[in-house]
Parts: sequence; structure tokens; C-alpha cells
Amino acid sequence: MEEFLRILTQALAELVAPSTAAYALAAIGLNLHFGYTGLLNMGQAGFMLLGAYGFGIATIAGAPFLVALLVAIAAGTVFALLLGIPTLKLRGDYLAIVTISAAEIIRWLGRSTVFQEWTGGASGLLGNSFKHTFHELSFLPDGRTAVGPLEYINTGSDSWWTRLFAWGLVLLALLFVWLLTRSPWGRVLKGIREDEDAVRALGKNVFAYKLQALVIGGALGSLAGVLYVLPRAITPDSMGRTMTFFVWTVLLLGGAATLFGPVLGSMLFFSLYMLMRTGMRAGLGDVIGGTQVEQLGGMLVGVTLMLLVIFRPQGILGNKRELAFNVR
Amino acid sequence: MTADRPHRRLAWRRLLTALAVAAVPAMLTAPPATADTAPPGTDCTPDGVACVAVLVLDADNGRVPGAQATITDGADFSVEVTTSADAVTSVEVPTSGGYTVELDPASLPADAPLPEGAPTSIDVTAQTGSTARAAFRVGAGVQAPPATSAPPSGTTTPGTETGAGGEAGSGTTAGGEPGTDGGVVDAPPEGDASQRAFSLAQVWQQIGSGLRFGLLLALASIGLNLVFGTTGLSNFAHGEQVTLGAALAFISVHVWGLPLWLGILASLALCAATGFAQDAGIWRPLRRRGTPVMQLMIVTIGLSIALQFLIQMFIGGRSLRIVSSNPVPLRIAGITLSEASWVAMGIAVVCILGIAWWLTRTRIGRATRAVSDNPALAAATGIDPDKIVRIVWIMSTTFAALSGILVGISFGSFNWSLGMQLLLLMFAAVTLGGLGTAYGALVGSILIGLVVELSNLVIPSDLRYASALVILILVLLVRPQGLLGRRERIG
Repeated sequence: MEEFLRILTQALAELVAPSTAAYALAAIGLNLHFGYTGLLNMGQAGFMLLGAYGFGIATIAGAPFLVALLVAIAAGTVFALLLGIPTLKLRGDYLAIVTISAAEIIRWLGRSTVFQEWTGGASGLLGNSFKHTFHELSFLPDGRTAVGPLEYINTGSDSWWTRLFAWGLVLLALLFVWLLTRSPWGRVLKGIREDEDAVRALGKNVFAYKLQALVIGGALGSLAGVLYVLPRAITPDSMGRTMTFFVWTVLLLGGAATLFGPVLGSMLFFSLYMLMRTGMRAGLGDVIGGTQVEQLGGMLVGVTLMLLVIFRPQGILGNKRELAFNVR
Repeated sequence: MTADRPHRRLAWRRLLTALAVAAVPAMLTAPPATADTAPPGTDCTPDGVACVAVLVLDADNGRVPGAQATITDGADFSVEVTTSADAVTSVEVPTSGGYTVELDPASLPADAPLPEGAPTSIDVTAQTGSTARAAFRVGAGVQAPPATSAPPSGTTTPGTETGAGGEAGSGTTAGGEPGTDGGVVDAPPEGDASQRAFSLAQVWQQIGSGLRFGLLLALASIGLNLVFGTTGLSNFAHGEQVTLGAALAFISVHVWGLPLWLGILASLALCAATGFAQDAGIWRPLRRRGTPVMQLMIVTIGLSIALQFLIQMFIGGRSLRIVSSNPVPLRIAGITLSEASWVAMGIAVVCILGIAWWLTRTRIGRATRAVSDNPALAAATGIDPDKIVRIVWIMSTTFAALSGILVGISFGSFNWSLGMQLLLLMFAAVTLGGLGTAYGALVGSILIGLVVELSNLVIPSDLRYASALVILILVLLVRPQGLLGRRERIG
């Protein structure tokens, strides 16, 4: 029974964990790309890693918190422009191949010895070196607080302050995306998703709209990268392709082209993932080892993604008619 | 020999599927051969895995024996280690990420206590392919360390802790690790040419290595491109098919004890069966349902994740050698490669010529090109596109497996991430050559192989794969249809 409660608590903790918020925010950005505009961005982790580096390096260089956040956003914006200008005129899968490659380039550059002075190479930037400005902003008193079964320190890496900030940012992003998508601008995006040529015939500059969507979604991705590294260190290898694929799973699980899909998807995905892994460890712990549990978990994620896309591509909240899969 | 393979495979396909099904329990029960070579608990070589080392040093950099420390990941991984005087104590950790090393001050010798104010725990970040080291300074004359972390060894800073770098850092060749964890490690004869002034002989040598890499890459990317040509699908799981080939060859040689040639054939047969099973079980039903290609692409991503973890479950995280003997260098026309590499290049050339002959001279090959051009028109002339696509899938996975095996043998070792690293290079190659054209894949692969190996001469080798991807983006800027592609394909 105690074991059971521990497992449930761990799954519950995942619901509010900062990295769940980070994935939700990254999926909100990806939703703007894929759900609303129909762009196949397979390099969201690259945006996140760039955002994290931008934030970390700026803070280490002495920038205050807000400036560092702006640097992160700027990094994502520049990356989106660099990617979008050559590829947005081409068919969808070219964008997919280029974004996944570009994200890998960012990771390789980050872990290479050439930029080690700034990025810390493969071992990355340590948490303590870039978090002080964030912790100084906290208005929470010192000490620890317990809410229900969850207990964390008030201010610190894995703290209530990180959680408050992360989910606050997610709420802001939701509001922002809600306003965007019900504006005339958002309606053009959906038009591009449905029929690019029709929108072009109306005299809209489709390329410019796509580029704007790529930039905004990418900037949200960079902010998500900042959220992701606030409770931990910046390590390039933890933000690779697997991360992008998880963001996709989160988005497709919750439902693309819906406002709350990314948030629901992220909470559900990570609590179920945790439940599954801790459950397997408790239930099968003496049959298989801890590494194998991780690998089984990963396999199940892959199979889930396949089944999800085949049988319910609109996810939990989505509407099948609004799905962008049949764009060119 | 290559040309009639698909026919033969077709004839044998039921048998092969049956074999594949029969083999699964065997694989499940047979422990990976790495188990017996697995290092004992306190001696971890960062060879495709992540290690955490605990160093307890006195003022003269001598190792303090008998100190106890606990390594945890904040969740439920926890290992207790005891240091010894004659070797670095390191353990393998399950994943890369942050770990906390907590020293038990009570276990320290009385004459070497922790200095005042020094922390009893150090946070380290473990990386696959290197050793993260947590160093504690104890004893008289030691100040509390200013930073709470030890620089990780391996790629960059070998031996910042005196006397420790030798063992702990030797797992990774300096700068020679592409990607996350060095799935493609150069065989000893070639070495790493970066950071050196280069001569003509070196350029020539790198061209040789580039040709080898390009030919082996071509073997894999031709399959990727044939599938794209006939179905329009960018198959993200193709990389895992490459790894699967190498992994099955490893298992059949080292677990089942087959001779090498039989192991290779067994691996090829099993992989051909996976191609058949995939098409019959997943892709054909989805084509029947009229699922859009972009949706299928995400399905391949899911398949790629699942396969990747499945392969990891069987072969573990470390680098494996299909052929365990040392490579024999052989010099031909001023280029020194291992004997196995030359043989592999020969096999690749024969196979590629075979595919070219098959595509242009045989009935089914010509039908394949017809389906690539226009499936509806091909169907109208009496070709069965489903049959062609099935043959193409079987060919694609078989040649991917062959490529994986040859890369694994001629580059010395491979690990589970081999295909993941090659996949992007394959995409770069087929985009460069022209998506959907068989010869484009060949030309593109050889160019990418040359670029990757030659860029070694001018940029640090840990960035050499990045150079290929930069080329991919540049090509899309200038000539999006690729070198041999046709305009209408790009949309």
C-alpha cells in the first residue's frame, strides 16, 4: 500500500513538475507550427537548446534575468529565420529534414571543443552558474512548503518558485496563443494549413505568414528550453532528437490545433510515463533491471506514438478535420 | 548475385518470417554476449556508456583508499562505492544526466579528514562516452575547493586531476567522438587527422576514408531513396534498420556462435524479414486506408523510437565489435585502410553495381522505376505497385543491414546509436543527390562521405558530421531538387 502511494505521489508530482511545464510550452510552440500552420518542425529541441544556451551564457556574462530571457528569445528568432528562409518555399518534408539536421548541428556545436569556453562542451553549463538571477527574483519566503503529498523547498532548483514561474509562463503563452489564433492573422494561418494556394490567391504572402509562425513558435520553444534547464544543468546531449520526438508525442496526445491540447498532453504523458516506469520497477523489479525498465518505457513511448498517429491522429481534444497531416 | 536476391527473398519470404518469429525467443533467452565482458562494478570504461568516478585525493594527489561514497540520481538509482588506492573507482550509470556523489566523512581515515567547509556532496553531469568525475580533497594542507564540481574527463580535459586522467579519460579518443557517443569510431590505422598541418598524402588518405564511408553510406541510402521514390515516405526508422543489421550480426556471431559469414547472412535474412513484416503489417494496411504520407512519416518516427530502445535492450549501451580480432592495415595506392575496410568497399561496389543492373536491366527493376515515376500509370500498364513496394521494402532493409554490418566491421566498433547518426547523413546524401532518384543517392553519399572525412583536415573532428548537414542546408538554398533530381518533386 505504501509502495502504491509512493508511486501515485511520484506520478502526481510529474503533473506539476517544471519539466512538464517546459514540454507543455515547447508543444505550444510546436502547435503553432504544426497544428495551426501545418509546418513539420522536427527540430524543436534545437530551439530549446539554443534558448537554454542563450539564457545561460547571457546570465554568466552578467545580464539580468529579463535580458537573459530576451537573449534566449532572440536566439530562437534568429534560428527560425535561418531555417525558414531556405526551406519554407519547399515541400513539408524538406522542412522536417532540415530542422532535424539543424537541431543536431546546434547540439554538435554546443558539445564541440571549439566553443567550450562558452558552452562548457559535452558536460555543459552547471546549474549553479546561471540560476542565481532567477532565484533572486523569488518573492517566496525561505524554507519548505508541503502542499498535499508534495513537498519542495520554496526557492531553489527543484522548488515551488521554479514551478510557479514555469506554469505562469505556460499560462501567459496560452493566453498569447489564444489571442493570436482568434485574430485575423491566426485565421490566415489556418487558411494556409487548409489550402495554401487559396490563401495565395487571396493576395496573402504565404511565405511571410509561415515565417512569422515559425519565428513565434520557435521563440516559445526557446523559452521552453529556459524552463527546462532551470531545475537542472544545460547539457546538450539531454536535448537531442528524443526530446523533439517527445514534444511531438505530447502535442499529438493532447491534440494538435487545440488550445489546451499541449498542456493536457504534457501532463498526461509525463505522469503516465512516470507511473509506467515506477510501476514496472515495483512490479517487475526482480525480473528486469532498472535500465531495462527505462528501455521498455522508451519502447512503449514509440509504440504509443505509432498507434496514436494511426488510430487517433487528432489526439484527445482535437478535431480530425482540423488536422494538418494532409498538407503537401 | 545481388540482382536475384529479391526474387529469392520473395520465394523464401514465408520461411524467413517463420525464422524471424522463431528467432525471437532465442534472442530473448540468450543473454547479450556483453554480459561476460561487462566490467565489474567499480571499473567503468566510458565506451558508449556513461560513467561516474569518485576520486578522494590527499594534498599530494595520492588516492585515499577506503572512503565510501554514494552515487544517486535523485530518483531511485543509488550505488555505494569504496575507493581503492590503486585505481580510480568508477561505476556505470544508467543514463546521462545529473548525479550526486555523497562522500561519507566518517569513512575517511583519521589523518585525512574533509577540510573545514568543504561540501560532502558533489553534483556531476554524466555523459555517454565519458567519465564524470567527482573529486574530493581531503587531509591536511587542503583548502576547501572553490567550485563544487570536477571537470568531466574524456573528450576535452584529460587528466586535470593528476594521476587520474590516464585510466579515467582513456575511454574516448580526444575529439574523435561524433554525435552523442561515438557510434562510428575510426579503426586504429586511420586515426584522427584534425589539428594537424596537412600534407597531400594526408588529403589522399582522407579521400580514401571518404570513399569508404561514402560507399557504405550509399548502400544504406539507396534503400531510403527507393522507398521514398516508390511511396513518397521519408523513413525515419531507416537508421535503426542499419543498427539492427549490425546488432543482429553481433548477436549471431557472439551469442549464437555462428561463423562470421554465416552470421552476416543470418542477419541479412532476419533484416529482410523485418522489411517484409513491416510492409505487410504496417505500411500496406496504412496505404490501403489512404493515410497521408506525412502521418506515415510520424509513424516511422514512432517506430524508430521503439526499435532504438529495443536494440538497446538487447545489446546494451556500450560499443561492440563484430569482429574481435585487431584490424590488419593494408596499403593500396597510398591509402592505408584495414583489410576489412577494403573488403567492405569491394562488397559495397559489387552490390551497388548489382542494384544499378537490376534497376535498368531486369523486369522488376524497370517496374520499380515506373512506380517511382508514376504509380497510377504503372498500375494501368499491368504492374502491381503493392508487389513492387514490398520488394523495395525488403531490399531497403536488407541493404541497410548490410551497410550496418560493413560499417560495424570496417570502422572497428558500433553501438546502438550508429543508425541514428547515419540517418541524418543519409538524408543529407539523398537530398544532395536528389530525393527519389537511385543514382542520386549514390552520388550524394559519396560526396557526403568525402566531405565528412576531408573536413577532418580543417575543422575539429567532433564537428565533421555537422559539416555534412551544413552542406544539406546550402544545397536546399541553391538547388533544392538536388544534383540529379527533377524540379516537380520539390513541391
